[in-house]
Amino acid sequence: MNVLRKMLDWIGDRIVLITGILVLVYMFIPIFVVVAMSFNVPPSRNVYQFGTFTWHNWLHVCEPYGMCAALARSMEIGLLATLVATTLGTLMAFALARHRFVGRTVVNLFVFLPMTSPEIVMGSSLLALFVAAGLGGQLGFWTILIAHIMFCLSFVVVTVKARLTGMDSHLEEAAKDLYATEWQTFWRITFPLVFPGILGAALLSFSLSFDDFIITNLNAGTTTTFPMFVWSSAQRSIPMQINVVGTVMFAIALLVVLGGELHRRRTKRQLAK
Amino acid sequence: MTSACHTVEPDAISGATHRRRIPIAYWLLLPGMAWLLLFFVVPFYSLIATSLYDPQGGVDSGYEMTWHVANYAHAIRDYAGPFARSLLYGGVATVLCLLLGYPLAYAIAFKAGKWRNLMLVMVIAPFFTSFLIRTLAWQLILADQGAIVGFLKWLHILSADGRLLATPVAVVAGLTYNFLPFMVLPLYAALEKIDPSLIEAAGDLYASPVRGFLKITLPLSKAGVVAGTLLTFIPAAGDYINAQLLGNTQTRMLGNVIQDLFANVGDYPAAGALSMSLMFLIVGMVMYYIQKVSTDELI
Repeated sequence: MNVLRKMLDWIGDRIVLITGILVLVYMFIPIFVVVAMSFNVPPSRNVYQFGTFTWHNWLHVCEPYGMCAALARSMEIGLLATLVATTLGTLMAFALARHRFVGRTVVNLFVFLPMTSPEIVMGSSLLALFVAAGLGGQLGFWTILIAHIMFCLSFVVVTVKARLTGMDSHLEEAAKDLYATEWQTFWRITFPLVFPGILGAALLSFSLSFDDFIITNLNAGTTTTFPMFVWSSAQRSIPMQINVVGTVMFAIALLVVLGGELHRRRTKRQLAK
Repeated sequence: MTSACHTVEPDAISGATHRRRIPIAYWLLLPGMAWLLLFFVVPFYSLIATSLYDPQGGVDSGYEMTWHVANYAHAIRDYAGPFARSLLYGGVATVLCLLLGYPLAYAIAFKAGKWRNLMLVMVIAPFFTSFLIRTLAWQLILADQGAIVGFLKWLHILSADGRLLATPVAVVAGLTYNFLPFMVLPLYAALEKIDPSLIEAAGDLYASPVRGFLKITLPLSKAGVVAGTLLTFIPAAGDYINAQLLGNTQTRMLGNVIQDLFANVGDYPAAGALSMSLMFLIVGMVMYYIQKVSTDELI
């Protein structure tokens, strides 16, 4: 009786933590399925089910026709969109975090809008614009790129701005006190301090662009990105290789995040010494 | 906000620098704002125009602008089902996300200790792999031969020929799963700011844990609940990936219809009217919520 009582107390104390961990497990179930499916031969071509184990999918990643071309296109669009969105967004973040000007609140609210608009609405309005501008026949790489830069921008502004407002401004003041020019202060103090925020924003942009489907699908014409390849193959038969790509994406992102965390801890320890 | 005010102080001392600085801000904003104006605001104008075109036209023959407001009435009448389903599925998924997300956010903020950062990474980790691939994984998990269907049949919750895939349940489950991080992160951000000593104080004053939660923690996390609700409901109501991959022809949501009207049917005015109706609805919802919580807290 006593043991049971103790057990119930122990669980009662940790009920929130246990629930939280269960929710996390739930969030990870599909990831496990994706990893498992990357080593899978389905029982028949049109069935998306577990069959037998194989290395084949990993050794012949580019076997499904058009998949690797779509993958390369998604990467190209992702890199270009990230480059432009991160540059423009960082400039905007500096303006919003470091300057007072008329209309600042309006700009802040305006930047927030694309993040609260449903993708289907943004996608269809862009399509309406392109068609009205007579570009209906030229949908493809450039229209996708334009759309991706647009929806990545707000996320960059918000991420970099958060880093800037959370920064200790005393370091910059100290540099100025020590007769550093504004230019020197910016490149030696401000920029290195903001850089992790900019890097985070760039990674976020790339993954948003790489993974976007709804807006892309409306503005792509006949061009195929990786998510569009997955979508169209889901209507027919799904090649297991998409799960290889999913697993690799997951592994790379995890390494980047863990690497960043380790780096942060090491610098913190070095600073403490 | 306080730290932002901090950075202004040095300028305030010398009014000259302050005045010189103003134009720089506008130059910094110019390229980004121009992009947003051109490819976010102007498109809305095009969409509104499209939604008012004469429906007699076609994609190839061109449309005439006739201020055809009736497009809205027709579109909403013809697609009342998908419209209602978008709101219903999106709403149910949002409530489920709140019920699942709140304990998780609470555990990370107050109970995780040194595991806090790891748990936060785990919340966003599902984002590391593609949305579509994860949804396809749910197709497998909820499949007729899968373990979950088997277990529910064993419990007699599902009848012998019952299924989960291609039902509204699967669509709502997919939406809940896919948008859960959008709920957890703002909730965590709000909960993390709460001083744990306030909750302890409630306990010292003989408030039961439940009462302490209802009177202290929940009201203080209101901004997080509002932000999380909006960030979950908006993409969930506009989504069509889950309805397509996990549902059937009876679970079509607004997104499926809009995509279909644009890409396959070629009925631009109806698609535009539906799209704008969804936007009006969401703007109304955001305005209503923003009145309840100040914008500063939300952003």
